[in-house]
Amino acid sequence: MTPRRKKRLYLVGLMVTGVVVAAAFALNAFNENLMFFYAPSAVAKGEAPQDHAFRLGGLVTDGSVKRQADGLTVVFDVTDNAQTVTVQYTGILPDLFREGQGIVANGKLRDDGIFVADEVLAKHDENYMPPEVADALKTAHEEGTGAAATAAKTQ
Amino acid sequence: MIPELGNFALILSLCLALVLAIFPMIGSLNHTPGWVALARPAVWGQFVFVAFAFGCLVNAFLVDDFSVLYVAQNGNTRLPDLYKVSAVWGAHEGSLLLWVLILSAWTVAVSLFSRKLPAEMLARVLSVMGMISIGFLSFLLFTSNPFDRVFPVPLEGGDLNPLLQDLGLAIHPPMLYMGYVGMSVAFSFAIAALIGGKLDAAWSRWSRPWTLVAWTFLTIGIALGSWWAYYELGWGGWWFWDPVENASFMPWLAGTALIHSLAVTEKRGAFKRWTVLLALLAFSLSLLGTFLVRSGVLTSVHSFAADPARGLFILMFLCIVIGGSLALYAWRAPGVSSGGAFDMVSRETLLLGNNVLLVVVTAFILLGTLAPLVYDALGWGKISVGFPWFTRMFVTFTPFMVVLMGMGPLARWKHQNPGELARRLSIAFVVSLGAGILTTLPVFYEGSIWAGLAVMLSVWLVTTLFISVRQRLKARNGLSGIWQDIGSRGGRSYYGMVVAHLGVAVFIIGITFVSLFEVEEDIRMSPGEAVELAGYSFQFEGVEPHQGPNYRADRGTIRVFKAGNEVALLNPEKRTYLVQTKPMTEAGIDAGFTRDIYVSLGEGLGGGAWSLRLYYKPFIRWIWLGAILIGFGGLIAATDRRYRMPVRHRVSAAARAGSDRLAAEGKA
Repeated sequence: MTPRRKKRLYLVGLMVTGVVVAAAFALNAFNENLMFFYAPSAVAKGEAPQDHAFRLGGLVTDGSVKRQADGLTVVFDVTDNAQTVTVQYTGILPDLFREGQGIVANGKLRDDGIFVADEVLAKHDENYMPPEVADALKTAHEEGTGAAATAAKTQ
Repeated sequence: MIPELGNFALILSLCLALVLAIFPMIGSLNHTPGWVALARPAVWGQFVFVAFAFGCLVNAFLVDDFSVLYVAQNGNTRLPDLYKVSAVWGAHEGSLLLWVLILSAWTVAVSLFSRKLPAEMLARVLSVMGMISIGFLSFLLFTSNPFDRVFPVPLEGGDLNPLLQDLGLAIHPPMLYMGYVGMSVAFSFAIAALIGGKLDAAWSRWSRPWTLVAWTFLTIGIALGSWWAYYELGWGGWWFWDPVENASFMPWLAGTALIHSLAVTEKRGAFKRWTVLLALLAFSLSLLGTFLVRSGVLTSVHSFAADPARGLFILMFLCIVIGGSLALYAWRAPGVSSGGAFDMVSRETLLLGNNVLLVVVTAFILLGTLAPLVYDALGWGKISVGFPWFTRMFVTFTPFMVVLMGMGPLARWKHQNPGELARRLSIAFVVSLGAGILTTLPVFYEGSIWAGLAVMLSVWLVTTLFISVRQRLKARNGLSGIWQDIGSRGGRSYYGMVVAHLGVAVFIIGITFVSLFEVEEDIRMSPGEAVELAGYSFQFEGVEPHQGPNYRADRGTIRVFKAGNEVALLNPEKRTYLVQTKPMTEAGIDAGFTRDIYVSLGEGLGGGAWSLRLYYKPFIRWIWLGAILIGFGGLIAATDRRYRMPVRHRVSAAARAGSDRLAAEGKA
C-alpha cells in the first residue's frame, strides 16, 4: 500500500466512523421523537400509550367547548363519531378552532383519561380536514358506531 | 382571447424546448455546427413565449377575467393591484408557470453570459436545461394548465388566500424559485461535463458563479419565508421544520456543500466526482421540494389541492432526472482522474469534513421529512416527527461545522503543518473561550452554558476571520491595500467568504439567544389592565372594530412601557377577510436591534376582556440579519473578477477559433 493510499484510507475510515456514530445517535433520538396518531376510538380501546406523547385527532363535538374560570384553559371533546375523548388545553387556540371543525392535538393522556394537549392545530382552511382525521372518521364509520375502530393505526 | 394566446404561446415554447433539447445536443456530439447554433435562438424563443404567456396570466388577473378558472379561484375584483399580480403565483398552476418562466430566464442568462464557453459545451448545457424545461412545460400543459376556462363565468373570484396577501409573501416564492431553478444551472453544467467526459478546473470555474447566484437567491428566499412566518402567522415562530421549509432547506444545505466543493475543484482539481454528485443532489432535492410542496402529499399551509395525477407526473419526472443523471454518472465517473493529492491536515480535509457534515444533516432532514410518508405507505401507522428531533439534529452537528469553518480559512491547501495551524488558532481559541465563559456568568440575561457555547462559536468565527484577513492584508500593503485587494482576481471570492461566515456568526447568536431567553405568556386582559413581562409593562387599552379594504378587523391597542417611558404602541388585529371569511391574526410587533416585542390577539372573552399572547424576543432580528449577510457574501463572491473574462483572453479565444464559424456566431 502506498503511503498516499494509506493516508486516504485513514481519512475515509475516520469519516465513515463519524457518520456511523452520527447515524446511530440520530436514529435513537428519532425513535424517541416519533409521535403516532390515534383516533378517539383507538384511545378508548386503550391502544394509545400512557406515558408517551401522541397526536389525537377528530372533530370538536358541538357544544362541548367550555372555558375555565382563568379564561385561558379550555376543555372540549374530540370525536370520530364513534368514541369521544376529552381534551384540556391552556393557551390561545388557533384562529380556525371551532365546534364541528377537524383538529389535531399533540399531548399526553392523563390517568383520569383526559388528554392534556400542549398544542392544538387547526389548518388554515375551513373545508380542510386533516387527512388523519378524515381517515379516522371513515374507519369509524365503516366499522359501524359502537364497534371499536382501530382507526388510523393499523398494524 | 388573450388567455388562448397565452396557452398557444406555452405550446410553442414547449416545441422550442423540444428543439433545444434535441438538436444542439446531437449537434454537439457529432460536431454539426449548424445544429449547435440552434441553441441560442431556441433559448430566446422559449423565453419570449413563456414570458408572453406569463404576461397573459398577469393581464387576466388585472382585468378580473373570471372566465379563466385559475383567476376565478384566486383573483378578486377588490384585491389591491399588487396582490392581483402576486396572486399569479399564489396557487399551484401559476406558481408552476413562474417556475418555467424563471427556468427560461436562467437559460437565457446562461446563453448571454457564457460566451467564453466552447460552443459545444454551451450547447450541451442549454440542451440539458431545455430537457428540464420540457418536463415542466408538459407538466403545466397536461396536468395544470393555468389558462383553463370555466363556464358559466362566475361574477366574482374566490380571492387570494388572505395569508398570502402580504408583501413579504409576494416576493418570497419568486426568490425561492430563483434559487431552486438556479440549481438547475449547476446541474446542467455537471451533466454537460459528464457527457463531454471532461471535468476540469475550467468546468468548475464556469459553474461557480451560477451556483453562487442561485444559492444567494435561495438563502434570501428562505430568510424571507421565515420572516413572513414570524410576522404573519401570528404565533411568533420563525422556523417550524415544516415539510415545506425542509424542502427549501435541503437544497440549500446541498448547495452550500456544492459551492465549497466547487472551490476545491477549481483551485486544486480535487473532489471532482464528489462535486458533480453534489450538483446532481442539489437539483434533485430542489425537484423533490417541488414534489413535496406541489403534490400535496405532505400537508401544510403551502400545499395546494392534492391531485394524484400531478403527484405521479412529478414522481416520474423525478425518477427520470435522478435515475438518468446517476446512470450517466456511474458510466462516466470512473473515467475522471482523481485530482490533486492532499494531506490529512490541509484545507481540503477541513472542507471535506464540512461537506460530509452538511450532507449528513441533509440526509437526516430528508429522513425526518419523508418518514411520515414511508410509515404511512408501509402501514406502520400515521406518525409525525417532532420538532425537537430536527432541532436536536441541527444543534448537535452545527457546532462541529462551525469549528471547522473557523479553521478552514487559516489552513493551507495541500499540506498544513499541524503545529503551525494550532499556533495560529491559539489566540482565537483563547479569545472565544474567554467570551464564552463570560457569557455563562449571570451578567448577561441569566447566563447559560448554551449561550456561552453559542457566543464561543460565534466569537471563534469572528476572530479566526479577523486573523485570516489580517494575514492576507499583511502580504498586500496592509489595511490601505484592502480596496485594491477586493478588486483583484480572487479578491471578491475571499471577501465574500468573510462576509458570509460573519453572517453565520451573527445567525448563531440570533437563534441561540431567541431560543434560550425568549419570554412568552398567554394571558387574559381587561381594558386598562397592565402586566409585567421581561422588564416591560404591557398596558391593554381595549379592542376596537376597524375596517380594511377587503377585511374587517378587531384592532387592539397595547402600550408598552419600560421604566415608566412608553417605548411602543402596538395594534395587533384579528381580521376577517370578506370573501374567504377566514379569521387571521395580525401581530403587533415593535422591532429592535436587540429585541422584538410581539403581541397577538387571541379571542374576545366577553366584557371587553381578551386573551392575548405576549412575547419578548431577544436578538431575533439577528437571525435574518445573519441570513442577509450570508446571501450578500454569496453575491460578492459571484462578482469575482476571474469569472468575468478579461478582454485580452476573449480576443485571443476568438482569434484561435477564427476559422470556426461557430465561435463567430457565439460572439454575435
